Amino acid sequence: MFVVLLIALAATGGLYAAFAPAEEAQADNRAQSLAIDEGEALYRVGCSSCHGRSGEGGSDGPSLVGVGPAAVHFQVGTGRMPLQNPGAQAPAKPRAYTQAEIDQLAAYIGSLGPGPAVPEASAYDPADGDAARGGELFRTNCAQCHNFTGQGGALTHGKYAPGLDDVEPIFIYEAMLTGPQNMPSFPDTVLPEQEKRDIIAWLNAVNTSESPSPGGFSLGGFGPVSEGLFAWTFGIGALVALTVWIGARSAKARKS
Amino acid sequence: MSTATEPRKSTARGKAPAGEKVADWADGRLGIYSLAKANMRKIFPDHWSFLLGEICLFSFIIVMLTGVYLTLFFVPSMGHVEYTGSFEPMQGVMMSEAYASTLDISFDVRGGLLVRQIHHWAALLFVVGIFMHMMRVFFTGAFRKPREINWLFGFLLLVLALFTGLTGYSLPDDLLSGVGIRFMEGAILAVPVVGTYIQMFLFGGEFPGYDIIPRFFVVHVLLLPGIMLGLVVAHLILIVYHKHTHYAGPGRTNDNVVGMPLLPVYMAKAGGFFFLVFGVITLIAATVTINPVWVLGPYRPDQISTNAQPDWYLGFSEGLVRMMPGWEWVIPGGYTLNFGLLVPLIVFPGLLTAIALYPFFESWVTKDPREHHIAERPRNNPTRTGFGMAWLTAFGVCMLAGGNDLWAIHFHLSINAITWFCRIGFFVLPVVAFFVTRRICLGLQRRDAEKVLHGRESGIIKRLPHGEFVEVHEPLSQEQLYTLTAHEQQKPLELGPDTDKNGVRRPVNPLERVRARFSKAYFGEQAQITKPTREEYKEITEGHGDHH
Repeated sequence: MFVVLLIALAATGGLYAAFAPAEEAQADNRAQSLAIDEGEALYRVGCSSCHGRSGEGGSDGPSLVGVGPAAVHFQVGTGRMPLQNPGAQAPAKPRAYTQAEIDQLAAYIGSLGPGPAVPEASAYDPADGDAARGGELFRTNCAQCHNFTGQGGALTHGKYAPGLDDVEPIFIYEAMLTGPQNMPSFPDTVLPEQEKRDIIAWLNAVNTSESPSPGGFSLGGFGPVSEGLFAWTFGIGALVALTVWIGARSAKARKS
Repeated sequence: MSTATEPRKSTARGKAPAGEKVADWADGRLGIYSLAKANMRKIFPDHWSFLLGEICLFSFIIVMLTGVYLTLFFVPSMGHVEYTGSFEPMQGVMMSEAYASTLDISFDVRGGLLVRQIHHWAALLFVVGIFMHMMRVFFTGAFRKPREINWLFGFLLLVLALFTGLTGYSLPDDLLSGVGIRFMEGAILAVPVVGTYIQMFLFGGEFPGYDIIPRFFVVHVLLLPGIMLGLVVAHLILIVYHKHTHYAGPGRTNDNVVGMPLLPVYMAKAGGFFFLVFGVITLIAATVTINPVWVLGPYRPDQISTNAQPDWYLGFSEGLVRMMPGWEWVIPGGYTLNFGLLVPLIVFPGLLTAIALYPFFESWVTKDPREHHIAERPRNNPTRTGFGMAWLTAFGVCMLAGGNDLWAIHFHLSINAITWFCRIGFFVLPVVAFFVTRRICLGLQRRDAEKVLHGRESGIIKRLPHGEFVEVHEPLSQEQLYTLTAHEQQKPLELGPDTDKNGVRRPVNPLERVRARFSKAYFGEQAQITKPTREEYKEITEGHGDHH
């Protein structure tokens, strides 16, 4: 029995070795493992205090096994990681690593277990998306936290869905793919690549600094609360100033 | 002139000019001369705060004018269509005709977007104006006899404005307003026993159905504005009938009105002010977006967005619901009592009714049968002012709770903490506001008394020969002295002795005891600073000069 198993294993291993594209794989592997080593060194310094010495997670940070390079690219690329201080949520801030370092970190985390890869540029090009369809998808899947046009919204206990104005399309794509922090993830089985592109096209149409605002100043796009504040400050303020002006312009006032 | 039965002969000056002929013709049929005689010289006092009501009137007119234009293009139907208009990010989306026609008004009708924004901004400012106007009337006691009915008319206008607003911003059938209607439906369903029936009746079946937009349309453009127009006219007729209040001052008494005549001065001012209001609102509408329905998307019951709040004037109802814990009982028999909505649904009209009935409460406390045409200064009735501030504080807490998500995200706070702050604040802060306001009022009364007796602080420091420094106080002018002491100070209600002269216990109505309590709260020693008397003033000014 044991002998049979041994022969079978040897045969499979031998066949694999014979058929595998050995040359390229080795060349690729060398660059890849260099990046992984560099990434591991960066990880030890910048990340391991919370995520554990080999990404296994701990009381201060989740396990990074299987989160994939896309998650690293998003979290470190938007400056959310490394975390500045513990809190309800990691805010976006100026990034702490160069693009090359982020790639090395991504390679290292990618080596811990299979996970979503950083998307190709064609995956998130808003020009290839259908904004109208994206709008419907956005209102169905995203607006309940991020607001109609992605201006952001509050969650419980100080957590929040950040505003999506002027966020780079790749980060929006990766956020949907990996579900950072309090966000659920929308893998391709739930939201295919084309639909992600549609959503990015919608945000590109309504929530960038170049998006047209046909009605004038948008007041942040927060809806009736900001409109009401405007009415109670600038609106009634201007009108009351006028009443004071008219009230003072009487025959009696001119005499004195 | 109106009594003349035979036509006027041309006078020695020759033939009457054409205008006079027309006027004569009209007078013979409408009696305009006597009307004009009675009303052209009607006096309106000058004060900026008396123009707040005009902001309401003018924005109401603007809302009506722009509303007429919008009805020309709006399609009040929930029929399903595919959008093919010129706003690209919506092309191909399936939506109701109401929403599609609103997008057409915004992008394909000439001037449509501007008119839509004028309509909406004017509506917001209309209700802001009503609030300001009501605050002015409340805090100056201008609701007292004979104006209680007019206060009620104004209050009804406020309530109708709230519901006209609700039905109006619901018409575009966008995702934001649809959520509002859903919210309203939920509140109706929470009414015990009859809730489901009302809901079915109102929506013509299950939510959302096809009826609600056409029905809201009729209510919004015909029913409510019709009633409001009638009430506005009645409100104005009563103002003319009662004449306007004015602030105390030399020559201004309870029996006269000092100001400018309706024609020409006041008419010119009011006419000019109309165009100023129209100008300001148009300027705002031309530069600041309101309700950008084009990015909100059509309403679908399976969708929802955060930042879903009603227009500001219903923000307090939203806040009440956001504050209320979601308590729910299932009582035997399988019926659900949803307190999370039912309690706010009761507090909402309760808050409104409190201000509506306040004038009747105060007149019950004072039992004052006289007419009051002098507007009081808020400080001279600290208890009323305190009540007003308490109400505003409760309202403000509700507004705060209604926008809890926005405060949370923009001030980096926890939404739960804000909600708890509001839950506690709703009960505690109005009480605090009441006492703080009363204290401030009393302080201001003291300052007035001080100014009357010792004059105005001139800021000039004088050194006396023996080295003492004193500040020179300048005596007030006769007019100022009069103005600061013109208000009357009532005495609190005395119940009399508990026993009559024979030592028999005198029965006192328990309600009367309550009234005495309130009367003491309004006019007792704690509630007002006795204003300086002539004797006091003489003694001080003649005694030792204008400083001390």
